[in-house]
Amino acid sequence: MPIDWFPLWLSLRVAVISTALAAGIGLWLAWTLANRSFRGKEVLDAGITLPLVLPPTVLGYYLLVLLGRSSPLGHLYEMIFGSPLVFTWQAAVVAALFHSTPLLVKSARAAFESTDRSYERAARSLGASEFRLFWRVSLPLARRSILAATALAFARSLGDFGVTLMIAGNIPGRTQTLSIAIFDAVESNNGSVARVLVVIISAIALAVLLVANRLTSNPFGPRQPAL
Amino acid sequence: MIQAKIRKRFAAARESAGFSLDLEFQASRGFTVLFGPSGAGKTLTLDCIAGFVQPDEGRILLDDQILFDGAARVCVPPRARSCGYVFQNYALFPHMTLRENLEFAAKRIPRLERHRKIGEMLEKFHLADVSGRRPFELSGGQKQRCSIARALIGAPRVLLLDEPTRGLDAPLRAELDSVLRQVREEFSIPVLLVTHDFEECLRLGDEMIVVRDGRAVQTGTPRKIMEQPANVEVARLLGLFNLLPAEIRALDPGRNSSRLRYREFELTGPYYPGRLIGDQVWVCIRPDLLSAVPSNGKPGMNQIPSSLVRTVEKPDRVRMEFGEGIAVEMDRAATEKYGSVKEWAIEFPQAGLRIL
Repeated sequence: MPIDWFPLWLSLRVAVISTALAAGIGLWLAWTLANRSFRGKEVLDAGITLPLVLPPTVLGYYLLVLLGRSSPLGHLYEMIFGSPLVFTWQAAVVAALFHSTPLLVKSARAAFESTDRSYERAARSLGASEFRLFWRVSLPLARRSILAATALAFARSLGDFGVTLMIAGNIPGRTQTLSIAIFDAVESNNGSVARVLVVIISAIALAVLLVANRLTSNPFGPRQPAL
Repeated sequence: MIQAKIRKRFAAARESAGFSLDLEFQASRGFTVLFGPSGAGKTLTLDCIAGFVQPDEGRILLDDQILFDGAARVCVPPRARSCGYVFQNYALFPHMTLRENLEFAAKRIPRLERHRKIGEMLEKFHLADVSGRRPFELSGGQKQRCSIARALIGAPRVLLLDEPTRGLDAPLRAELDSVLRQVREEFSIPVLLVTHDFEECLRLGDEMIVVRDGRAVQTGTPRKIMEQPANVEVARLLGLFNLLPAEIRALDPGRNSSRLRYREFELTGPYYPGRLIGDQVWVCIRPDLLSAVPSNGKPGMNQIPSSLVRTVEKPDRVRMEFGEGIAVEMDRAATEKYGSVKEWAIEFPQAGLRIL
């Protein structure tokens, strides 16, 4: 029973890249939502959360319309990189990004909101810019919960199926991620391959969740910062 | 010099009554104490000055800079206000050492100068030995000194202290007093201090603003306010006085005397200019100005019979609490010689009998 390991590597690569991007965008968004007040804040929050509740096919459809070859964004991408975005592994990154960012923003916002407000006030009254406050105070203070949130986002982007299928397709050796490969294996009655892949992805997800739990659980009250 | 006129309203919500702050005051060099019960709007006032809360209307002026002007729609963000703020929980960044906490605050000072300045502040506040430690490794006093040093290192134009002595034990409070006196001598900026402890006002305050329900009810030096509370509410907030409801029965300017009726008893006091016979007033007198002697059945002149409820030991005297809520404070020797008597006569001095 020869197993093609490409889907596993592709999934890991997609998850790592999309988690990095999600952290970059999502943490700043989450911090903004937690710490600043502006009009339409809750609308923005709802918009960010929407992908969490929409059916993957709906989200995939939106992305297809938004990034397809005939759309302005898709056109721009093609002009810059010389090839279309849809039905490439990069599209799988976009899919994973939209799949995991909402989760990251949700949990990171909660993490930022649970830190004592007086630290942020102190930093501001000491003359810190918003970015310095984010980078030097908020982020380090919430780092455990932030890492946990990032781990969850990683696990989630590892397992996306619907959105990836819609915009990256199922091209073996090019865009076939782990979850799609499992679907394929089951479809073609290749039960042994499916079993191996299922065990692998479950093990990874479980490990990530254990790490995330360890980061957030705190049996002895607030943990002292490491020396 | 800070001048503030602040209005801020909070509508009543399901679980909180409405609150409105309407305060106007100014504070120059030295210590100005905002004194009042919790929920009076003292901390809110500091937050408005520091820029954490935006008032609905009003104007806040620091030296010649407008920090907030409701009419002109000016609201300077906190980072540009140069207000040093010492938080109740100190808010020292737990992931940084003391030195790093100071460095964070000294970001705007040029680099060479910064290093020297941090060293200087660490020396000044006796923190040099522990500068490499993080806040959780420090004693309460060290944390407090560090938070004051951090607030001052950027050369703010006003220092705001939110209930600095809350939850401190007596030695720490004394230590804080001396640190704050040092601040007054070495930094010539106005200091606004929030407290609900009148003794702290007396110890530190140059000026005092009594705040109640979001309004300033009396302003003046702490001594002046203690000697002449503006009304019965202020007297009650100070918590220093016996307050007895009474009615003026007679006024005699010729003999500089008056007669007051408290319950079924008559008290003789000085003449009260500007009062009329029949006025309902409050007799306001400190417990240490009263004295008590065991009752012999027939109260004498300006004496009220009362039964002792309990005695409370104070460091330098004994506080005797009687029925009707009258308290008398006397030397320990003076009470001990009478033993355990239950019925007493409380003696009111004629000259010191103040009314509000």
